[in-house]
Amino acid sequence: MTTIDSSKEIQKNNSEVNETHEDFRMFGLITFLIADGMTFAGFFAAYLTYKAVNPLPDGAIYELELPIPTLNTILLLVSSATFHKAGKALLKDKNSDSQKWLFFTAFLGIIFLICQLFEYFHLPFGLTDNLFASTFYALTGFHGLHVTLGTLMILIIAWQSRINGGRLTSQNMFPLEAVELYWHFVDGIWVVLFIILYLL
Amino acid sequence: MNLNVFLLTKDAGLNKWNILSINTISRDQLLNKNIYLILIISLVFAISFWIGFNVNLLPAEASINAPIYDELFKILFITGLIIFIGMTIAVIYSLFKFRKRNDQIGDGIALEGNLSLEIVWTIIPSIIVLLIGLYSYNIYDRMGGMKELNHNHEMMSSNSEKIWAGISQTSDNEKAMNNLSIEVSAMQFAFLFNYPKGNFISGELHVPVDQKVSMKMESKDVIHAFWVPEFRIKQDIIPGQPTILNFTPTKVGKYPIICAELCGPYHGGMRASIIVQEESDYNEWFNKNKKPEVNL
Amino acid sequence: MTISIDPQKTNNESLQPKGWLRYFSFSLDHKVIGIQYLVCGFLFYLIGGTLASAIRIELASPMSDFMPRDVYNQVLTLHGTIMIFLWIVPVVNGAFGNYLIPFYVGARDMAFPRLNAVAFWLIPPSGLMLVASYFVEGAAQAGWTAYPPLSITTPQSGQIIWILSVLLLGGSSIFGGINFIATIIKLRRPGLKLMQLPMYCWAMLGTSLLVVLSTPVLAGTLILLSFDIIANTGFFNPVLGGNVVVYQHLFWFYSHPAVYIMVLPAFGLVSEILPVHARKPLFGYTTMVFSIMGIVVLGLVVWAHHMFTSGTPPWMRLFFTIATAFIAVPTGIKFFNWVATLWGGRISINSAMLFSCGFIINFVFGGITGVALAQVPFDIHVHDTYFVVAHFHYIVYGGTVFIIFSSIYHWFPKVAGKMLNEKLGILHFIITFIGFNLCFAPQHWLGLNGMPRRVAEYDPQFQFVNQISSLGALLMAISTIPFIINVFLSVRNGKNAGDNPWNALTPEWLTSSPPPVENWEGEAPLVEEPYGYGKEISEQK
Ligand code: HEA
Ligand code: HEA
Ligand code: CUA
Ligand SMILES: [Cu+2]
Repeated sequence: MTTIDSSKEIQKNNSEVNETHEDFRMFGLITFLIADGMTFAGFFAAYLTYKAVNPLPDGAIYELELPIPTLNTILLLVSSATFHKAGKALLKDKNSDSQKWLFFTAFLGIIFLICQLFEYFHLPFGLTDNLFASTFYALTGFHGLHVTLGTLMILIIAWQSRINGGRLTSQNMFPLEAVELYWHFVDGIWVVLFIILYLL
Repeated sequence: MNLNVFLLTKDAGLNKWNILSINTISRDQLLNKNIYLILIISLVFAISFWIGFNVNLLPAEASINAPIYDELFKILFITGLIIFIGMTIAVIYSLFKFRKRNDQIGDGIALEGNLSLEIVWTIIPSIIVLLIGLYSYNIYDRMGGMKELNHNHEMMSSNSEKIWAGISQTSDNEKAMNNLSIEVSAMQFAFLFNYPKGNFISGELHVPVDQKVSMKMESKDVIHAFWVPEFRIKQDIIPGQPTILNFTPTKVGKYPIICAELCGPYHGGMRASIIVQEESDYNEWFNKNKKPEVNL
Repeated sequence: MTISIDPQKTNNESLQPKGWLRYFSFSLDHKVIGIQYLVCGFLFYLIGGTLASAIRIELASPMSDFMPRDVYNQVLTLHGTIMIFLWIVPVVNGAFGNYLIPFYVGARDMAFPRLNAVAFWLIPPSGLMLVASYFVEGAAQAGWTAYPPLSITTPQSGQIIWILSVLLLGGSSIFGGINFIATIIKLRRPGLKLMQLPMYCWAMLGTSLLVVLSTPVLAGTLILLSFDIIANTGFFNPVLGGNVVVYQHLFWFYSHPAVYIMVLPAFGLVSEILPVHARKPLFGYTTMVFSIMGIVVLGLVVWAHHMFTSGTPPWMRLFFTIATAFIAVPTGIKFFNWVATLWGGRISINSAMLFSCGFIINFVFGGITGVALAQVPFDIHVHDTYFVVAHFHYIVYGGTVFIIFSSIYHWFPKVAGKMLNEKLGILHFIITFIGFNLCFAPQHWLGLNGMPRRVAEYDPQFQFVNQISSLGALLMAISTIPFIINVFLSVRNGKNAGDNPWNALTPEWLTSSPPPVENWEGEAPLVEEPYGYGKEISEQK
């Protein structure tokens, strides 16, 4: 039986519409990040399988040093904290504080990338040397791409928070929150990557 | 079994469907209503078994694997037929029986579900699937699929090379003890069979009947597969990852070896033959081709 | 960052082209996008079908005579890729999902209209690119599975284009998946409970979960494969120490769930069609929901049944046998429930109903051969033979394509406001059903008796059966003619359909045909019982 019940009207209150919509953009982003995480999961699975079943060929070098990646881990963890600070500041309408924190976060991201490149140039193996080398570069490279994108987006929202009455205000936190979530995600992936690639 | 659905009755006057629960009608009535059902089910079983036993869809059996395989095939075929014919009859019957006649108005019965039925048709397929799974495990074990790969191949794994996969088939046959070892290499678009004992390479695979053959296979370029339909065996030949395949032919004759994995333009033409011979014939062939060991 | 917040604004009519032109524009209306998906998919179906006809012509004789061998491989690769990624997946997900889901959740559009349009517009260019790759250096020729090392060693440009276009199509499918999940979970009309949703929503929710969880893995794999081709890395190249079996695991981790991506939405569609034409509620709603979710979960852990003859250790073969065969249980529940839905109904035997019933019969057949294939010892003989080809055509064609046609017959009146011609429809069904079975049933025998797949030449003793199969393919090609004629005639001067020609209760029928831009003139109706047939109120009608 069909009930076409007009007594239960949908509220068309504008502010409420905005609120629910705010909500599901975040929802969409989370779904996307799950998908993105699966790409990494595929790479990790490949790496672990290689490690389990394919012995390193004779004479191949696959050595990783810990100092730089450890520094990088710290950098990213700190940057997650500074990003959080930026959000807090924006919530209290301290736009310029927020902007400072954002720039600082982006700065940390850039340092991370520079360190990563530095590591690349000083590794004793190249992209095509052996299976592990290739997978190492694929994983860290794909992650680096995420960091690059994240840094760019941070710079964009930092710039936006500057414009008076611009898009980024305590009323419209979505861009900041979205980038923040993304940044934490990239950070989390790095921790997993660090453990699997460098520590195991 | 709860067959509520088969006990739909119609109130003549009200043009309305009722579902009689089992207790409201007598056992006789119940039998009467269900007798057709029982008849049809028996008929479906009979037909399926008849087809299963009388229709042969498989090529000749020429290895000790083949009869084991065909046993499994028969079971799967019959079970499949029963389910398929049953479902088809149910669909076509409903289309006829419950089709809308011209004088009818209104809807069918508002029947939204029935828990006991749902349970029945969850449990029965589960049992079928589980039984089939156990049975095919048994079959697979008899084919030697569950044997440890590396131990089985003493002949060649002296340098303890890693064997990645394969089927190592067992046999009760006495002769099977002295098994014949062959190294197979595949390339675009040919198979080569190396007989290490005779120190020669052949493009045709000659094997004596009733003797276990152990093959170690490796590809030189892309993935190929070694398939002999009459033996019911197949194994991919993979570059960089040796695989093994053991079998015992039981029938003298010439059978095709087919490459079953897409390997390039001439994949379809990548064929060889396996020639199963009496032991004496085989030995003759072997001695003719044998080359002296080269001592360096 | 301009994400339109208010769907009201996004559909600002003055900004969108009107009339037939809007089907060629970057429209944000979910209904327009749905039709775009459908028509685009159907055009690719004709291309894929033409390629299939070429395959069947080649196979009418044992020699490789109709086309060169490498062209044959290109044709079958393109056929498989086009049919899967440009016809089945976009149509059962994109076309019907976009058209129906917003109605079913009582919304005026999808959650992210812009993303939706982007997802669609990724498809035509990547499809055309794929087809065009034939004219470059030859299209990809390693099969739709693109197993390395073959895919690394064949001419590279075709393979790279193939990878690129599958990546784009995968991206489109992920965007679609995200959109569907958000729409179904977040955009439901207030008061509408999850368990009141029409079954197609559940099917799309399950499918979208599979899309989101598995497609990215394919993307990652193809990126690695392209590195092997372009940058000379050795992930899957044994010459460089790579492991070819890892590719197969990663590929099938996506491509097995992909088969449920192709069929779950069809399960949803048939659940909408049967109750309407049988005038009975969908039998066992709750178990249907659970069985969909069961298929989703099981579907993620059975991928290695495609690799029983590759390098898999024994214990793995066994695990995957059992897990695979168990999919028959939730799937079986659905089929039994559909038959129970028919049972005791007032069935109108029309084209939609016939195609749906054809689907049930064909799919059960294909599913049963699937369960047989899941048994390792059985599969060892028939893997990579025509038995497998027969299995999956029974499911993808006999199952999904039948449902696509059934759905077109069912929803055409809603979309066009005109009825399709029933006589032509039934003719279409009869030819299709006969042709289909004639084409694919004999292929089981071919496979069992020694004909491998992906070959342009075969032993002469298989000629007769192959010719029967080719005859069936010819009938299938012919069967599209009454269908196309029917659609063209009916769009021009079909009988007026009215708003609800089937007296259906699902929400899309509770608006005018074709529906207005924002789906309802007034408020969206709250449909608490989309399958409430046979209840008092409809008896009075
Ligand atoms: C839409 C697509 C689709 C669907 C839904 C399925 C469904 C199934 N498939 Fe299929 N399959 C393909 C598309 C599909 N497949 C394709 C494209 C390939 C080839 C890929 C390639 O190599 O190119 C393939 C290959 C393939 C293989 C590998 C064969 C090989 O290469 O060697 C296997 C093996 O296990 C398999 C099994 C199954 C099973 C068990 C199901 C099950 O989900 C089926 C379950 C359904 C039923 C069983 C019927 C209804 C149930 C009942 C009526 C209940 C009672 C039944 C029993 C108790 C048995 N499929
Ligand atoms: C997913 C969906 C799908 C669909 C719908 C089909 C539909 C068909 N398929 Fe195919 N097929 C696959 C998916 C599909 N296939 C896949 C995945 C493979 C594996 C590829 C691989 O191995 O990598 C395959 C492989 C495959 C093979 C095996 C090739 C080989 O291994 O060597 C064969 C052989 O018979 C075949 C035949 C057919 C036929 C006859 C149809 C028919 O049903 C098609 C019917 C449709 C038509 C005939 C269209 C009619 C239109 C015209 C004729 C054009 C008219 C033109 C205008 C009006 C402009 N297909
Ligand atoms: Cu070698 Cu196919
Ligand atoms: Cu599968």
